Amino acid sequence: MKPSKTWVIVVAVIVVLVGIRMTIGQGMARAYVERVDQSVEVKANDIHGASTEKWTEWHPVAPKKFEAAQKADPSQTKFAFSWANTIGLWLAAFFTLAIFSFLYRDNPGYRLAEAVIIGVSAAYWGVIGFWDTLVPKLFGALTPNLIHDQVLPSLPAPTTGQVVAMYFALALGLMLLMRLAPKGGWISLWPIAFIIGVTAGLKIVSHVESDLVAQSIATFKPLVQPIVSPESAQSGWMLWPTIWASLANILLVIGVLCCLTYFFFSVEHKGVAGRAARVGIMYLMITFGAAFGFTVMGRVALLAARIEFLFDDWLWLIDPAGKRIVEVASAIGSMLC
Amino acid sequence: MKRLVPMWIAIIAGFVMLLSTFFPITESLGETVGEIFNVVAAIAFVLGAGSLAKVNLAKISRRDQGWGYAAITLICFAITLVVGLGKIGVPQSTQFPLLGWSGEKDAEGSIFGWIYEFALVPITSTMFALLAFYVASAAFRAFRAKNLEAILLLSTAFIVLLGRTFAGVVLTGWLPDWASGLRLENFSVYIMQVFNTAGNRAIIIGIALGVTATSLRILLGVDRSWMGSGD
Repeated sequence: MKPSKTWVIVVAVIVVLVGIRMTIGQGMARAYVERVDQSVEVKANDIHGASTEKWTEWHPVAPKKFEAAQKADPSQTKFAFSWANTIGLWLAAFFTLAIFSFLYRDNPGYRLAEAVIIGVSAAYWGVIGFWDTLVPKLFGALTPNLIHDQVLPSLPAPTTGQVVAMYFALALGLMLLMRLAPKGGWISLWPIAFIIGVTAGLKIVSHVESDLVAQSIATFKPLVQPIVSPESAQSGWMLWPTIWASLANILLVIGVLCCLTYFFFSVEHKGVAGRAARVGIMYLMITFGAAFGFTVMGRVALLAARIEFLFDDWLWLIDPAGKRIVEVASAIGSMLC
Repeated sequence: MKRLVPMWIAIIAGFVMLLSTFFPITESLGETVGEIFNVVAAIAFVLGAGSLAKVNLAKISRRDQGWGYAAITLICFAITLVVGLGKIGVPQSTQFPLLGWSGEKDAEGSIFGWIYEFALVPITSTMFALLAFYVASAAFRAFRAKNLEAILLLSTAFIVLLGRTFAGVVLTGWLPDWASGLRLENFSVYIMQVFNTAGNRAIIIGIALGVTATSLRILLGVDRSWMGSGD
């Protein structure tokens, strides 16, 4: 069977199954919103007088609430069907299935989702950088009145030093963009040098402070760790907890020293250093095994979350949070009976 | 000149950041340099956007294989950028309702928030979820308990995996209280707190030493590889 034929069959099967699902019970994949009327009293100032600003917001709500409200009053306007969120749900389900389809092999659906995520994520981080950094810092210093009047009224007026610094930042930023120009790209090395220098200066401090010093201090542990009974401090050490805690500290100190010995390449790994390095390798293998187990757990948790999205939010086959009134199992039961 | 000026910029910027930690008098200077750094880093996104547009437009104009996907990338990029920068659909801010641009960019009801919720999150989380299959598949093919190191790695992975599931609790629940440390759920915690901490700590200390040495080489002008070999 040709791959293209396979995909046509797979897509057709999915469409048929989804079509069947849509006819059972309450159907599937619909989103509802709740109307929230906002009203804010605005105090008078130099620009405008006192007024009351009113507007409406629509917040997502469980289908159960919409059904209950409709049942009580079919003409209610507090809850409504949301086209935007429903289309979003279907789109999210499509993207989820498209990415999962790569498990079989590369296909147009996967490549489409891939193209979308490249464009969206590049723009997403650009927008975040613009509103969170450029607007308050750069434009807040260079065009303070505009930013104060339109975006951030709480932004304090910039000092002369801040304005000068932001002009300097703007100049460096523009130099960085020269990298895209056909000639004069070398000028972009100046802002890159600035970024490299600041990063190096910051990293020395942060790594020495929080990694080198803090981790070394945390390794200096008592090799005998007495654990006293919580009921009575007079009854002395608890035998087994004391043994476990002390053993943990001893193993930790030995482990750190042996692993560091393994990473110390200025001495040939022979004799005592060799044996210590060998123990270090054992510790590192355990570390990698634990890291592997942890990574698998994390990915499986994500997988479970995506499957839950498909079965709960999209297909309405499960309802762990009790968001809907009629569950699909009872709907199928009533159809069969 | 083309290499000397950047080298001195890196040295001065780095030492300003370094000294601002140790001398309170230079603390504000360090903060200012940090703010300039943040702004330059944010402008670097424009460079990234320009580069993305350049590469994809070239692909489209040459009608390369898969140029349609390049077009989709650019369209999605442009739409997200426009709705994000324009705060389209963003409700008014309750704090400053008269200001048109004061609402949160990703607030409920905004198109930017919609794109984040229904495109960015599903695709990225599914891509990471996909790794569960590939990690398992790679492990199945690569992991062989042929020596002590491999046995340690495999058994630790199994203990950590089992210790965090109900199966681990059931399998070793029969152990008496005095040996409760050997129950899988406790033993996996013990492994994480002792062996894993020891190994990770040594790795972290090693990385810290490496980063410090590399940073010092840059700040002293010894390492200039970051400038590249071109003009």
